[in-house]
Amino acid sequence: MEIPPPDLGTGRAEPGIDPAARAGYPDHPPRMGFFTDTSVCIGCKACEVACKEWNAVPEDGLLLTGMSYDNTQGLSASTWRHVAFIEQSAVTTRTRDGAPITATGAEGAADLRWLMSSDVCKHCTEAACLDVCPTGALMRTEFGTVVVQDDVCNGCGYCVSACPFGVIGRRETDGGAHKCTLCYDRIGDGLTPACAQACPTESIQFGPLDELRERANQRVAALHDAGKPEARLYGADPGDGIGGAGAFFLLLDQPEVYGLPPDPVVTTRDLPRMWRNAALAACGLAGAVVAACVTGRA
Amino acid sequence: MTGSAGRRGGEKQMVPEAEFSSYYGRPVLKETVWGPDIPSYLFLGGLAGASSGLAAGAHISGHPVLARAAKTGAAAAISLSMVALVHDLGRPARFINMLRVLKVTSPMSVGTWLLSAYTPLALAAAACAVTGRLPRGGAAATIGAAALGTGVATYTSVLLADTAVPAWHDAHRELPYVFAGSAAAAAGGLGMLAVRPDHAGQAARFAVLGAAAELTAKSLLLRRLGPAAEPYQKGRAGTMMEAGDVLTAAGLAGAVLAGRSRPSRHCPAPR
Repeated sequence: MEIPPPDLGTGRAEPGIDPAARAGYPDHPPRMGFFTDTSVCIGCKACEVACKEWNAVPEDGLLLTGMSYDNTQGLSASTWRHVAFIEQSAVTTRTRDGAPITATGAEGAADLRWLMSSDVCKHCTEAACLDVCPTGALMRTEFGTVVVQDDVCNGCGYCVSACPFGVIGRRETDGGAHKCTLCYDRIGDGLTPACAQACPTESIQFGPLDELRERANQRVAALHDAGKPEARLYGADPGDGIGGAGAFFLLLDQPEVYGLPPDPVVTTRDLPRMWRNAALAACGLAGAVVAACVTGRA
Repeated sequence: MTGSAGRRGGEKQMVPEAEFSSYYGRPVLKETVWGPDIPSYLFLGGLAGASSGLAAGAHISGHPVLARAAKTGAAAAISLSMVALVHDLGRPARFINMLRVLKVTSPMSVGTWLLSAYTPLALAAAACAVTGRLPRGGAAATIGAAALGTGVATYTSVLLADTAVPAWHDAHRELPYVFAGSAAAAAGGLGMLAVRPDHAGQAARFAVLGAAAELTAKSLLLRRLGPAAEPYQKGRAGTMMEAGDVLTAAGLAGAVLAGRSRPSRHCPAPR
């Protein structure tokens, strides 16, 4: 029975739930994560390549999609980093409050804007994939990340439908579920994850999550000062529907533009209510048996 | 939806019209990987669970013919269910890994343990009823299977609702009642088919109650869900839902009529 013990805290400054402590690591290293600052992403896809190489992730189709420079299309069982390319011709974006901003560049050259963003598993504080996994193959590491144990996964596919971001997938060739491990094998050895190591612009930053959040807030403030009010953080708030992401982003437009859900909520938050209703329905079924068999004669 | 046409004269719009953008029209969520095995299981599991309930009711109230038919139906349905469940796995040989842990946060884990307890009881109840041996053990297995069967028939609604899919998740309030009703309708229908009409009164009443509950809960669900109900109403799924409703309503009417004009003992059973 894996009912998580109450969060006792470890005296660290990080707000919200401490997922590693809740998963039963009383003494654990700081929670590690990614801060992906899309404002400096140049779309080189070094992260995609480094991830494939290090993790020996198989090829997942070679095709030309016509989606700008994106022929990867999205995260899947065999794509753990995905660089999105968004071409915007009329550069009208909105701030977080919904107010429209029309960007004007030098000599009217700003009528095209290219957004690039390297997407990855969010390593949610409240992870639906991990909650619904019936085998315990999905587990929380001491770093607070979420990892699939490939030798345990039986390919039931429940995590695929539970993930609110559409990250995890089932691989056709081996029948198992796969996703980003935040390079569990590297960070346990003091190394940086392959994607962050390969990123030439430090768009992908790896480190203790509380430090990353602090750095991200400073970066947003700097961008706002520099006349980029559309800069906003995504997944950095421990009060959001997934308790905050372990891998969060700085975006320059609405999350939907990048293919991210605007307000993801972990499905298991409603689970107690669901079990209650199912129990009532089961009682109703028993009541129907009594009504059909006891009242009146056959 | 507030269109600009409905606006009072010359009032200036302060908030821009909402625009929905996406990444090249790609869905945010991954499509479920569950093939036809899982819907088959949802039906068969409901049929089995509710049949065990009906079997116990018929057994206790002294209707061994219907009880035997319902027990046999439950055993057959749950056996097919297990085949479907294992077959749907990406790695079927590792089905046993389901029994590594019991997690209340995973309806699939809870369901696996429920099935592990229910299936032997349902099989034992059917075996005793068919062979006539160990009547006491058979009675105990019948009661046990009925108690767990109500869970088997309804937990599957939580299995679907505990996902990120809006049409499933947002339906979590009514879905258990839809599943319970549909299970009772299926079990009642099977009972009516399996025994002669003069033995089928309890099955017919069970089917009527189930079908009525299913149709009621489903209409409440669709009304409350709003836009998230679209997948139930459009395309192939919409057509199948509609066909299901018509068939359930027809079955309901048939069961009511069958209950009214109870034929004599010598009438052949309708097929």
